Amino acid sequence: MSAKRWFQRRRTGLGWRPASREGWAITVVVVGAVIVVVVLLRSSSARIPVVIAILAVYAVIALVTGGSKPGEAGPRQPPAEVADDAGLSGAEQRRALGTLTAGRAVAASHDEPALVVDHLTKRFGARLAVDDVSFSVGAGEVFGFLGPNGAGKTTTVRMLATLIAPTSGRARVAGVTLEAANGVEVRKRISVMTENPGLYMRLTVAENLAFFAGLYELAEPEQRIAQALAAVNLGGRADDPCGTLSKGLRQRVALARALLSNPAIVFLDEPTSGLDPVASRDVHELIDGLRERGVTVFLTTHRLEEAERLCDRVAILNTRLRTIGRPDELRDRLFTKRLLVRTAAPVASPETVFALPAVDGWRADEATRYELDVSDARTAAPEVARALVAAGADLLSLAEAQHSLEDVYLELIADDPEADR
Amino acid sequence: MSLGRVGSVVHKEVREFRRNRFVIGTMAVLPLVFLITPLVTIFRTPESASSSQVKAAFGVISLLMLVVPVVLPPVIAAYSVVGERDQGTLEPVLTSPVRGSELLLGKAVATFLPSVGLAYAIYAAILISIRLGAAQVVSDVAFHPPQLLAQLLFIPLLALWSIWVGIGISSRATDVRVAQQLATLASLPLLAFTSLISFQIITPSVPLAIGLALGLLVIDAAGWRVVSHLFDRERLITGRANQAGADEGA
Repeated sequence: MSAKRWFQRRRTGLGWRPASREGWAITVVVVGAVIVVVVLLRSSSARIPVVIAILAVYAVIALVTGGSKPGEAGPRQPPAEVADDAGLSGAEQRRALGTLTAGRAVAASHDEPALVVDHLTKRFGARLAVDDVSFSVGAGEVFGFLGPNGAGKTTTVRMLATLIAPTSGRARVAGVTLEAANGVEVRKRISVMTENPGLYMRLTVAENLAFFAGLYELAEPEQRIAQALAAVNLGGRADDPCGTLSKGLRQRVALARALLSNPAIVFLDEPTSGLDPVASRDVHELIDGLRERGVTVFLTTHRLEEAERLCDRVAILNTRLRTIGRPDELRDRLFTKRLLVRTAAPVASPETVFALPAVDGWRADEATRYELDVSDARTAAPEVARALVAAGADLLSLAEAQHSLEDVYLELIADDPEADR
Repeated sequence: MSLGRVGSVVHKEVREFRRNRFVIGTMAVLPLVFLITPLVTIFRTPESASSSQVKAAFGVISLLMLVVPVVLPPVIAAYSVVGERDQGTLEPVLTSPVRGSELLLGKAVATFLPSVGLAYAIYAAILISIRLGAAQVVSDVAFHPPQLLAQLLFIPLLALWSIWVGIGISSRATDVRVAQQLATLASLPLLAFTSLISFQIITPSVPLAIGLALGLLVIDAAGWRVVSHLFDRERLITGRANQAGADEGA
């Protein structure tokens, strides 16, 4: 192979044909240096060895600093729009996710919770960031961790990921006691997708994942990288530099990185932050897929509808744990059940009509709208309907009032003095 | 200690260097400057020059050869930790199973290989040039065995020292530029040391070269331990020191 061809194959920044402005600048400096040497040593027989020496060092620099420029190596990739528009629901992606998480479902069937947090507290100087928080997360559960900014969500995740040490309290993460000596063992069993994807922009997608595959010492890394990329529908972008990807695609690369090591627990910090609705839906489907395969997901999010849609249980934190439970449980716990009644005309003597054993109280919202407090909507609704019909009222609608997780959140956080910290 | 994880860090770092304009520029231009000046000095020295004149001139050249491994690595090493923190890549790495000592060793090796490779290449180019065309009196001084041994031993050991200083500062600094400035400043004592040898205030001899090299080796080994101890995940993530004790699980 000729030297020229060899340099071209390596697509060096330097060489016969510099591939960058820096390469050209260095080449110009070298040529200038050679000219200066020849002029200064014009009367010396040594000018030839000196020029050879300069060129030799230049060649070493080319070897050290050259290399494949990202995006230039490998076959051409499909244009960005093709991969961007593709969803995550394809059979191939599901298959890839299944292979990636193989064995996790068996592990999830064990009785031991994936995560046990016991009176965990973190103090930064005088400031209390997390105060006496206790909860547990079952294996294979999707657990939502909600709270306002500065509530201590990220601090809690960082403690559980062994990045920072708790001031007091204990925890077991994926069966390992949380203590400094077990840091490596804990981190082998978990993965954390931070809000900022934290990718090396000069490296390609595959190189980013290869680095982490090495840190986790994965067997058959190429295969796992291919599966992780297929699971997030990025198989066609493996050789693209991360710096050229859109925010949504970077988020997907970070997700692929989180799945690479088949972790027992995946911590996802705002995984859909800044994503458009289609990309968010894709991430939601991926989380659903992880649940189906027994991977425990610890989801930190501000998006309450996301938590409601995805999470088996949620915890609301504001330095201290405010509440924890299934979204419907929280609604029941916090809000009185209500029936909403609409009639065509005002009900004559509503105090008599609504004086029923199943109705705890009532109020008129408008002339033809009534809100009834009940303890059991299923028992009360038929009784109320019968009473209205018996009273000759023209009933337009009778429905149970629905509270969203947002209502629960606002109810808990809005009046919390710590929310204004 | 997992060599596999260290290797992964080295591989990634080298890939990044090769695509970083700043690193390419630093590693390309500085060695050229350090090559041209000595070559011009060597080949302008006439056959009639006295031995003391040649020794003085070669003292400057020797110093320049030792300046390369002292000055070049800290610029890169100082970026290694604080730079990752700045670009947001440090937290994902710290949540992986890599230990702090493995991460730092990988970064040190990745800085060491190109720096020492370039320093040796420049030295080799100068020696070859002298052999091919310089005056005999220059050749006699340049190929003096203790001088050669001192250069060969001190280039990697001084590089390692300045790398640990750079990484140590990078682990504690809050800003890339501050880290690079401090690391360059911190390498000045090394320059003073190399000056003593280059100008033969400390006369190089084989036992002295080996003795000093062993001393540097011990310092370099201790440097890894000290810098690993300085590496505090909590401080790097939150800016506050870990109150709960050493980062032993790192």
